[in-house]
Amino acid sequence: MSVLVFIETTNGTIKKSGLEAMYFGNLIAAQKNTSCHAVLFGNADKANILGKYGAKSVFYIDYSKGFDTGIYTEGVLSAAATVGADIIIIAHTFNGKSFAGSVAARWNAGIVTSVNALPNFDNGITVTKSVFSGKAVATYRINTTKAVLTLAGNSIQIQESGSEVTPQKLDWTPSEPKVKVLERKTSEGLVPLPEAELVVSAGRGMKGPENWGIVEELAKALQATTACSRPVADTGWRPHHEHVGQTGVAIKPNLYIAIGISGAIQHLAGVNNSKTIVVINKDPEAPFFKAADYGVVGDLFEVVPKLTEAVKKFKSSQ
Amino acid sequence: MNILVCISKTPDTTSKISFKSENKEYNPDGISFIMNPYDEWYALVRAIELVEQNGGNVTTITVGDASNDMIIRKGLAIGANDAIRIDINPKEPFEAAFQIAEASKQKPYDLILLGKETIDYNGSILGSILAELLHLPFISFATKLELSGKTFTVTREIEGGEEICQVEGPCVISAAKGMAEQRIPNMKGIMTSKSKPLNVMAPVAYQNKVEVLTFTLPGEKKGVKMLSPDQMDELVALLHEEAKVI
Ligand SMILES: Cc1cc2nc3c(=O)[nH]c(=O)nc-3n(C[C@H](O)[C@H](O)[C@H](O)COP(=O)(O)OP(=O)(O)OC[C@H]3O[C@@H](n4cnc5c(N)ncnc54)[C@H](O)[C@@H]3O)c2cc1C
Ligand SMILES: Nc1ncnc2c1ncn2[C@@H]1O[C@H](COP(=O)(O)O)[C@@H](O)[C@H]1O
Repeated sequence: MSVLVFIETTNGTIKKSGLEAMYFGNLIAAQKNTSCHAVLFGNADKANILGKYGAKSVFYIDYSKGFDTGIYTEGVLSAAATVGADIIIIAHTFNGKSFAGSVAARWNAGIVTSVNALPNFDNGITVTKSVFSGKAVATYRINTTKAVLTLAGNSIQIQESGSEVTPQKLDWTPSEPKVKVLERKTSEGLVPLPEAELVVSAGRGMKGPENWGIVEELAKALQATTACSRPVADTGWRPHHEHVGQTGVAIKPNLYIAIGISGAIQHLAGVNNSKTIVVINKDPEAPFFKAADYGVVGDLFEVVPKLTEAVKKFKSSQ
Repeated sequence: MNILVCISKTPDTTSKISFKSENKEYNPDGISFIMNPYDEWYALVRAIELVEQNGGNVTTITVGDASNDMIIRKGLAIGANDAIRIDINPKEPFEAAFQIAEASKQKPYDLILLGKETIDYNGSILGSILAELLHLPFISFATKLELSGKTFTVTREIEGGEEICQVEGPCVISAAKGMAEQRIPNMKGIMTSKSKPLNVMAPVAYQNKVEVLTFTLPGEKKGVKMLSPDQMDELVALLHEEAKVI
């Protein structure tokens, strides 16, 4: 009995979602009076820090051919057998959700995805997740002894709680992947939207792409990631990966600032799990105010630069 | 080529959500259901396009009771050739994947397409379970899907970017926005859909691994605090001290 956490890396760097999964696994292991271990693919040079978030041991798999559901499934289950795991934690990232189901199927385990809080072990394993586009919370019970959980981003506040460990090579050799990754393109430097803690988002109220400078200035001052509403992406004002909502990316940042976005239900579906929502809109009747924590009624071309100034002032006083 | 497309129904996002049987069950009364957008707009349409270009057959498959027939007929009207419905309401995605896997073992498909997620439970999980149960390769979040010979070239979404990959069929691929353009069924499609075959199959025995205990509605927002455009310093202070997000 132990907990195994899959850690996703990009060029050897561990993402925040990975540290969250690690710490979440650590807390579960503590609940169950057992130990927590980590497994990752590829370069493990920066993996010592996993110990600080609760890993008792860290295993790496010598493999760098890119993501393949089959290979990742086999590798993680090989690590699970090595450490005698009965719970596997995977962050709910694009790749995480692309193979968690295969892990559960091959392991014959129950699975719940996008879990948002620690499980309860009083009667089987019960977990909660947000459903119906954030309009309700469901509590599930897993009836199998083995379980796979994917953890929704920004669901847990990580804390250092241990000391570094030296990664060891897992005694398992991957076969040839069935899926060949030919090319990978990511925008450099930015925190990707699904992982961002702070998001500045703008909609049709901006009037045109040439006006986005003020949004970018605010995002830069806050070190936030930018997002947009669907019509803005559809008309090509902004790139598609910025589109949030029912048909775009669903996000759960600590802060979501909505500028010139009306707050249509399909937009809210992707953002209403944000911890704090600020809405800037010139129309006091805009539906978004009902979902907001803080609201400013005013012309965005006036309000946004003022907010940017206030943020800069605050940052320099820190 | 023979393509299987998994389609499911979901409540329209604008629906008010409520529960019954002591909050153990979703209450479908008065809800308008639609075909899950990723299944309809992208997976199904791309399957039809591939068959238009290469010949073959598009079959849709749905796990659920007769209340799904409405969206199944819509799939046939858009251009699927025939449909399978497995007559049980699945309690979890694993169960739906299991039933689809059992049914698709009877007739091998060159490609199985599904949506990247259902917009009600947002599990995003069925595809990778199905692929594993059928021992097929899986590619998720495909925004582009091209076929040459037996090789599929796929562009898929990843955090902050995309990845291009290749796989040999048969395989399972989940569709995201961009894979195709929505098609509205025309009159002819709607007329012929009525005579296309919809095969209802009995489910195979399955032991549930996961069950819903309760649903709860989230607490009301505490209400919005309004500030004037001249109070931006105050807003920043509130975000720091009260909300503790910056
Ligand atoms: C099936 C379906 C799926 C959808 N999925 C999504 C989705 O995933 N994401 C999404 O975003 N949308 C989605 N939509 C579209 C959605 O319904 C709305 O049409 C869209 O969100 C509106 O975008 P908007 O708020 O930017 O524009 P608008 O609704 O046009 O709102 C612009 C807002 O800007 C304000 N404004 C204008 N000028 C100023 C100014 N100078 N200063 C301050 N405020 C100003 C206006 O008061 C208004 O509230 C979907 C729709 C459907 C039917
Ligand atoms: N009951 C079902 N019957 C057929 N296909 C389904 C069913 N449930 C989900 N799917 C398919 O699986 C995809 C992903 O669903 P999920 O993993 O539940 O988010 C959907 O977009 C559908 O294509």
